[in-house]
Order: sequence, then structure tokens, then C-alpha cells
Amino acid sequence: MTDLFSKFDPLIEQRRALLSTGLTDPFNLVMEKVLSPTEAVCNGKPTILLGTYNYMGMTFDPDVIEAGKQALDDFGSGTTGSRVLNGTYAGHRLVEDALKEFYAMDHAMVFSTGYQANLGIISTIAGKGDYIVLDIDSHASIWDGCKLGDAEVVPFKHNDIEAMDKRLGRIPEGAGKLVILEGVYSMLGDIAPLKEMIAVAKKHGAMVLVDEAHSMGFIGPNGRGVAEDQGCLEDVDFVIGTFSKSVGTVGGFCVSNHPKFEIMRLVCRPYVFTASLPPSVVHTAATSIRKLMHAGNKRAHLWENSKILHKGLRDAGFKLGTETPQSAIIAVIMPDLERGAMMWEALLHEGLYVNLARPPATPANMTLLRCSLCAEHTSEQVQTIIEMFKRAGNAVGILD
Amino acid sequence: MDRAATAAKIAELIAPFNKKGVELTDASTFAGDLEFDSLTVMDFVAEIEDAFDIIISMNAQAEIENYGQLIDAVVKLQG
Repeated sequence: MTDLFSKFDPLIEQRRALLSTGLTDPFNLVMEKVLSPTEAVCNGKPTILLGTYNYMGMTFDPDVIEAGKQALDDFGSGTTGSRVLNGTYAGHRLVEDALKEFYAMDHAMVFSTGYQANLGIISTIAGKGDYIVLDIDSHASIWDGCKLGDAEVVPFKHNDIEAMDKRLGRIPEGAGKLVILEGVYSMLGDIAPLKEMIAVAKKHGAMVLVDEAHSMGFIGPNGRGVAEDQGCLEDVDFVIGTFSKSVGTVGGFCVSNHPKFEIMRLVCRPYVFTASLPPSVVHTAATSIRKLMHAGNKRAHLWENSKILHKGLRDAGFKLGTETPQSAIIAVIMPDLERGAMMWEALLHEGLYVNLARPPATPANMTLLRCSLCAEHTSEQVQTIIEMFKRAGNAVGILD
Repeated sequence: MDRAATAAKIAELIAPFNKKGVELTDASTFAGDLEFDSLTVMDFVAEIEDAFDIIISMNAQAEIENYGQLIDAVVKLQG
């Protein structure tokens, strides 16, 4: 039968073929019980979590949990409304104030998810006749924001400063320009040369939006991200971030120093036409963000974990996404989807959860086992993880 | 550059991407006949952009399905 679902047939067939070998479905895992930021029970088995983006381990922080429980008692389970109608509670202001302080910026606007923050800001500021120049490896939410806004979309080769420069130079005189970059690219865990790229963008008179989803809380002296670390945060017009990684809950945001920024609350459709975050979420987020301001020791331990795991996997003979550890993401490159899925399953049997990432989410059609470390992983856990990788790699025949 | 000169230059640029040596006509499609995947499209578009000093935005790319449409678009984009 041919209908609107026929276009999915190749994917359905690929999944069927993969699962017919008896493999566990990598995209259907259930966490039956979550014991801590670094451990859960999957298929009845205690499992070390190495694919959660829970970088700073805030999900079980006692102060964060307490703030959420209190908010449930004081404000109820949900707002049932848009931020511009009945959906702005004290907690929404509280978390926006915490963000302004965290980034030392004038304005903060909270969205229901990080996806919506990109979708909303990009589509609203870059419209018909404007030009968006963006890195080809940008996150899906950035691409979708571009598509929603009707601007002319011009991608350039990943982290290629010259390619970006050339494209900006070809934009017709007088057109509005927005450059979109990410601090950390989540698939390979590599960072962008933001300082150089932003200087080029500014030379062409472009506004700059940087997605710091994977660096907030961890990278930079105050955890403000890669732009802070490279000393160019003041040249970024819009920082996009999320609560679903280091902050440890759900939600997205944009912070900015633009003097007219507040008008976004009235014109940004993914902000207006959706319900606001539940009170418990904004109170947990506000508490977590404030604690992340003083998390220097955790940041140092997370760097240590990332460096040890990167070296351990490299020494074991795995091919990694970056030559050096650049973030808390370490991507292990698999020879193909089939062996990637086998390796993923072998690791799960060892008691380790990582993300299986495959095209089209990955660059260059790669299959990746993506590991994201947590500041709460102990040094012993990291050693255990390296041993698990070695055993699984030998069992699947990925290591020679 | 007129259409003939533009076409000649594009023919030169596409050669290394035409791995199967498909005989090109204006009706040859990139996805079907040339079997370009998204990565190949990206690299090929970058080559064309740099060679002619133009921008072929994603919006414009969406309208270009075959070889003839590409030549027409490049002629137009050169102004």
C-alpha cells in the first residue's frame, strides 16, 4: 500500500534488518530506575550512565530537588498558560534573573525547551530578505529555526573561517546578516574557534548568535561557555542555552545585551504560542544555575574525567572524534552502523550506557558512540568505563 | 559569463564529482542520475560558489533539481 508513510519505508527496512539480528533496539532503552546522575537500572541491571549530557550532575542535588518540591506545593503542577498570558509565575522571573546574573547580561528569556529557544529566536530575528550564515554541522533546532523564518540560508564548511568570510562577503549590500555558531559541536565534541570567527562576522557587520548548550556550566572561568573561555563573549549578540544539560532539568533560553531585546516576548511565536514551564522546573533551574556560579571544583573534576577517558580510549586503540579532549563529549568513531550497534549492545551488557549516534544526525555519515561525562563520575568509574570499552571492543572485533 | 561559458565551466567543476561518469544533459538530476548525497551536494555547491563568486542559498538549492536548472541559476546569480 502506498500512502504518506511510504517515504519512511527505507528507514523501516533498515531498522528491521538491524533488529532481526537479535540486537537490542538502541533507540528504545528504558531507564527503569535512576540511582544517581551517573547510575541507573536498565533491563534489571545497574548501569553506568555515560550518555546523558548531565555534565554537572545537578539532577539529584538536594537543594535543587528541595526547590522543586517546594514549588510544587506553593504553585501547583503546571501553569496551563503562555508566558504572555497566565503563564508567568514568580519562578519564571526568578530563573530569568538567575540567568542574567550567571551571564552578566541585561536580558534573559526562557523558553519551554532548548529546541524552541533556537527555533524562536532565529526565525524571529532573521526573516525574508535577511541572510543566515551558519556552520554546516549546526544542530537540528538551528536548521529548523532557519526554515521557519524564510531568511536566505547559507551554510559553510564546519569551523572553516575562510569559507564563512567569503560567504559573508558575497551577501548583497544592505541585507540583514546573522551568523550562527555553536561553542561545542555535540556530535564530535569539538569546539569552534569563536574568537576568530566572531571577529570575521563583525567585520562584515553581522549579528552573532552562539549556541552554548554543551558548554554552559562547564567551559569558561565562570561556566559561561566557549565564548567566555576565548574572551569574546561581549561580541556575541545572542547566547542560546538549555536547562536540559548542565542545569539538569528542561527548558531553553536566550540571553542578550541588545537594548530592544524585550520586544521578543511579543513577536516570538514559539515563546508566545505554547505553555510556559511548570513551576517546579523553573525553581529547580533557578537553584541549579545559582549553584553553577560557584562550581569551580566540579568543573575541574569534569575536565580531569574528560582527559582521562579520552587518553584511556585512545591508548586502547579507539578512533576518537577529536585529537585532544575539547569538551565533556568524547565521540568514539565506529566503522559502520552495524558494528556500532553491536558495540553499543556489548557495552550495555557490560553495564555501560552511551549514545549511539548515526546519520543524518552525525557529520560525514559517521556512526558514533558518543560519551558525555559527568562531574559526578568518580575516578574509579572512569577507569571501569575504559575497561568496559576494551572488553566490548575486543568482543565485537573493533580493536585489533 | 554567458550560458555557454557558464555551462562549460560547470562541466569542468562537476567532473570530479561525477564518479560514475554519467553522461550529463540538462535533464540529468543530482539526486537521481548523479546520486549526490547531502555531503556531496555541500562540497559541490561550495566549489560552484567559489568559482563564480556567488551565493547559492539553501532556498535556491531547493529549486535546483537538474543540471540545466543549475546552469540557469548560476547564469542568473552572476547578475
